[in-house]
Amino acid sequence: MHARLLVTTAASLMLGFAPVASATPKIQHWQAPSGAQVYFVENHDLPMLDVAINFPAGSGFDTAEKAGVAGLTHALLELGAEGMSEDDIARKLADIGAQMGGSFDADRSNISVRTLSSRAERDEALAVMVRVLQRPLFPEAILAREKMRLVAALKEAETKPESIAAKAFGKAVFGEHPYGLPSAGDIASVEKLQRTDLDNFYATHYGAQTAVVALIGDLSRAEAEAIAQNLTAQLPPGGASSEIAQVVLQSSASKLLIPHPATQSHILIGAPGVARTDKDYFPLYVGNYVLGGGGFVSRLMQEVREKRGMAYSVYSYFIPMQQPGAFQIGLQTRKDQADAALQVVNKTLRDFIEKGVSDKELNAAKQNIINGFPLRIDSNKKILDYLSVIGFYHLPLTYLDEFPSRVSNVTVADISAAFKRKVNPDVMATVIVGAPEEKVPAGKMKAEKVEGAEK
Amino acid sequence: MYKILFKKLAILVFLLPLPGQAEVFERTLGNGLKVIVKEDHRAPVLVQQVWYRAGSMDESTGVTGIAHVLEHMMFKGTKSVPQGEFSKRIAAAGGRENAFTSYDYTAYFQQLHKDKLELAMKLESDRMHNLVLSEAEFKKEVQVVMEERRMRTDDEPHALLYEKLMAMAFQEHPYQHPIIGWMNDLQTLTVADARAWYQRWYAPNNAVLVVAGDVNASEVFALAQKYYGVIPSRVLPKRKQFSEPPQMGIKRFTVKAPAELPLLVMSYHAPTLRDPKKDTMPYALEVLAGVLDGNQSARLNKTLVREQQIASGAGAGYDSTARGPTLFTVEGTPSEGVSVAELEAALREQIALLIKDGVSPQELARVKAQVTANEVYKRDSVFYQAMQIGQMESIGLNYLDIPEMLEKLQAVTAQQVQDAAREILKDDNLIVAVLDPQALSGKPKRVNEGGSHAR
Repeated sequence: MHARLLVTTAASLMLGFAPVASATPKIQHWQAPSGAQVYFVENHDLPMLDVAINFPAGSGFDTAEKAGVAGLTHALLELGAEGMSEDDIARKLADIGAQMGGSFDADRSNISVRTLSSRAERDEALAVMVRVLQRPLFPEAILAREKMRLVAALKEAETKPESIAAKAFGKAVFGEHPYGLPSAGDIASVEKLQRTDLDNFYATHYGAQTAVVALIGDLSRAEAEAIAQNLTAQLPPGGASSEIAQVVLQSSASKLLIPHPATQSHILIGAPGVARTDKDYFPLYVGNYVLGGGGFVSRLMQEVREKRGMAYSVYSYFIPMQQPGAFQIGLQTRKDQADAALQVVNKTLRDFIEKGVSDKELNAAKQNIINGFPLRIDSNKKILDYLSVIGFYHLPLTYLDEFPSRVSNVTVADISAAFKRKVNPDVMATVIVGAPEEKVPAGKMKAEKVEGAEK
Repeated sequence: MYKILFKKLAILVFLLPLPGQAEVFERTLGNGLKVIVKEDHRAPVLVQQVWYRAGSMDESTGVTGIAHVLEHMMFKGTKSVPQGEFSKRIAAAGGRENAFTSYDYTAYFQQLHKDKLELAMKLESDRMHNLVLSEAEFKKEVQVVMEERRMRTDDEPHALLYEKLMAMAFQEHPYQHPIIGWMNDLQTLTVADARAWYQRWYAPNNAVLVVAGDVNASEVFALAQKYYGVIPSRVLPKRKQFSEPPQMGIKRFTVKAPAELPLLVMSYHAPTLRDPKKDTMPYALEVLAGVLDGNQSARLNKTLVREQQIASGAGAGYDSTARGPTLFTVEGTPSEGVSVAELEAALREQIALLIKDGVSPQELARVKAQVTANEVYKRDSVFYQAMQIGQMESIGLNYLDIPEMLEKLQAVTAQQVQDAAREILKDDNLIVAVLDPQALSGKPKRVNEGGSHAR
C-alpha cells in the first residue's frame, strides 16, 4: 500500500501543479483480540515511539445536568491509578523523559504517550499508560481539588471576552444539543459532580470495543500488536453508545450582544456545518480556503484586514465532527468599528454563497492544498494524529493517498452546491462580546431575534 | 505574527543532536550573508528562514514597535512583486509562511515541498533589498498592528502585567519597551520611520539564512549565491552595548484589570550565556528552572498545586539565550480563598528551601533525562531544528556551540544549582508584580481575606 499521490497529467497541466509525488506512510490496520481497532506506521528513522488511544468519550456525551464529567474523567486518568499515586505517575514518566499528553473535544477523548524506543524506557512508559487507562482511581481528594481548580478556571473564563464569546456561540448555534455545552462543563454542574459520576462514565465509555489505538515509530509489527493488545485487554466493559444525537439547525438567525470593558469587540458568526464523513466535506473544505481558511490570500483576510486594516485576525472554518460541528467566522476589532466590520464580513459571506468561487480562486486553492500536502505528513506527530482521526471516524485506510485527488476533483459547481446546502446565512448566530456600549444597557446582555428564511 | 515565546521551551533551546552536526553545513557569501544548511531527509519538505539581527531592542525612544511594523510591511510588495503577490505565490506552491519579531531579532520563514526552494529564495532575497514602502499601505498596516496590540496585550491582563513587568525591571536596557510597541508610538509612527529601519538593518551582512529539510547543501549554496549573493552589503551602524545596572532593592507593583483570578509574578534579574564554553551560571539556572517546573513532577506543581493546594497553578521560567540580560521568573495563581500574600510566602518558602537544602540527585537526574529525551523528540520537527540554529546565530552565539552547551548542561552539579539559587534569587534582585482582578463592571471585587479557605 506504499501508494503515491496521483495527480493526473491533465489536471497537472490545467492547474499548473508541479509534478509532486510524495509517498504517504504505509498504514497497517488490524483489530486487537480485545476488540480495539489498531492503526500502525512502522518507522525506524528516530529512536522514539508515539502511541495514542482514542475513545468516544468527549463532551458531546455529557448531559447538561452533569456537564464536565467527560472532561474531568479525561483529566483525572493520570492523577492516580491502582498502585500508583499521581506523583508516582508523574515521576515515573519524568525519570525516563517520557511525555503523557492528550486532547479532548466534543467527540473524542485522546490519551497519548511519547517515549524513547529503547527497551527500558519504552516498557516503563507503556506500563504507566496501561495502568492509567485500565485502573484509574479518580481519588476523592484529587477530584475535590481538580473541581476547585476547574471552577476557578471557569470563573476566570467568564471574564475573558474570547471565552465568553465561545460559550455563548456554542449555545446559540447548537441550542440544547450537547455540542453546545461548554466542553469543560459549567460551574454549577461541575460543583455537583461526584466520584461515582466519573466511575460510571469511565466504565461505560472507555471500553475496548470502541477504542482506537494509533502507533508510529521504532517498533516491529509484532511489537505493535502486543502493545496494542496490552493497552486494551483490561479496559472496562464499555457499552455506552458511541453515537452523538443528531444536530438540529436553528430555524432563524440570532444576534447576541454582551457588554465587556475590553477595547475590542470579539465577533463570532456561524451555524452547524458539516460532519466528518459527509460527501460535502471536500467541496466545503476547498471552498472555505477561498472564503477564510487560506491565510493571507482568503477573501475575508483581503476584505477585512488587507483592504481596510480592521482586524489582525479574521478567519472562517468548519469543525468536522461525528455530527455537523460548527462552521465559524471570527474576528476581533476596535469597538467603534465593530458594526462596520460585521457588515464587511456579512457581505463577503453572502457574496461567497450567492456567487461561489471563480475558476482562478479554485485553482489557487487546489494548488495550495495539493502542493502543500507533504507538509501535512512531515512528522511522526502529524501522522499519529491522522491515524487517530482515520480510525476514530472510520475513514478509509486510503484517506491520505486519496486526499489530493479528492481535492483535485472538486469543481466550482460542487462548492456552490455544498455551501448552499450547508451554510445558510439566514439562520446564523452572531455573538458580539464587547459590543459598542451605547447599544447595550450596562450590565445586561441583549438578544435580538432576527427574521430569516427557514432552511 | 510576532514573538515566539520561549519560556516553556527554555530547556529545549539547547538541543541539537551530536550525530546531527555532521549534516549541518555553512558558508558565508561574499556579501557577508551567512548560510547554514541542515539536511534532514525524513520527509520531502524544507523550511527557509531568514533571520535579521535587528529586533525591538535596537529601536529608539518614540519609535518603539517599528521592528515589528516593518515585519508586517515586508509582505506589502517590491518593485517586481506587487502587493499581495508574495503570499499568493507561496500559497500556490503549497507553502506556509509567516514571520516573527522578538526583542533580539526579526525572522521570516516559508515551509514548502522540497522542490520549491528556488521560488522561496527568489522571493525572500527580493524583499531583502527591493521593498516598496508606500504611505497608504503603511497607514493601513499600522491600524492592523494596533488591533494586534489590543488583542494580545491591552485586553489580555496577563500580557499587560508582563509588559509592565519588563518596563519596571529594565531601567536602562531597551528590553523595557514592548516588542509590539507602545500604543502612543504606534499612533505616531510614519512611513519614514519604516524606511529608515529597513535601510539600516535589512542587509545580507546583518542576516543569517537557514535552510533545513530534504535538501542538498551544495545546491542550497549555489541557489543562495544566485539570489542572495547579488545583494550588496551595507555598512551597519555600530551597536550600542547596553547593560542593566544592579537593581539595589526590591520593586513591587500592581496592575488592575478585568479578571477573576489574581496572578503573582516574581522575577529576578539573571544573566544569559555570553561564553558557552566558560559560563556556568546560565546552565545551573536552566536546571533550576527544570527542577521547579520542567516536568509534571517538578516542585512547584507538586508542592503548591497538588499537595498544599495553595495555588491553582504555578510555574517557573528562564531562558539562557538572549542578546541582553534576562529574568528568572516564578509565578502562580492563588487558590480560591488564598491571598496573594500567602502565595508569595509559599513561593518564598520554596526558594528558601532550595537555597538551604539544594536539589536532590533524583531531581537533577530527572531534569537531565528530559534534556536527553527532548534531544531525540526535537528531530521530529524540521522547523524547530532550523529555529534553534537561527536563534543562536542571531543573538551572537554560534550554532556549533550547541553540542557543547548540551554537555555543559548534563554536567551541572547539585552544588552549582544551589549556588545559583543563592546568588540570583535574592530580594535586592526581585520585582514582584501582582494582577489585581477587577469586576467587569469596573467595580472592585470582594477582597480576598485568605486564611480560611476550604480544602
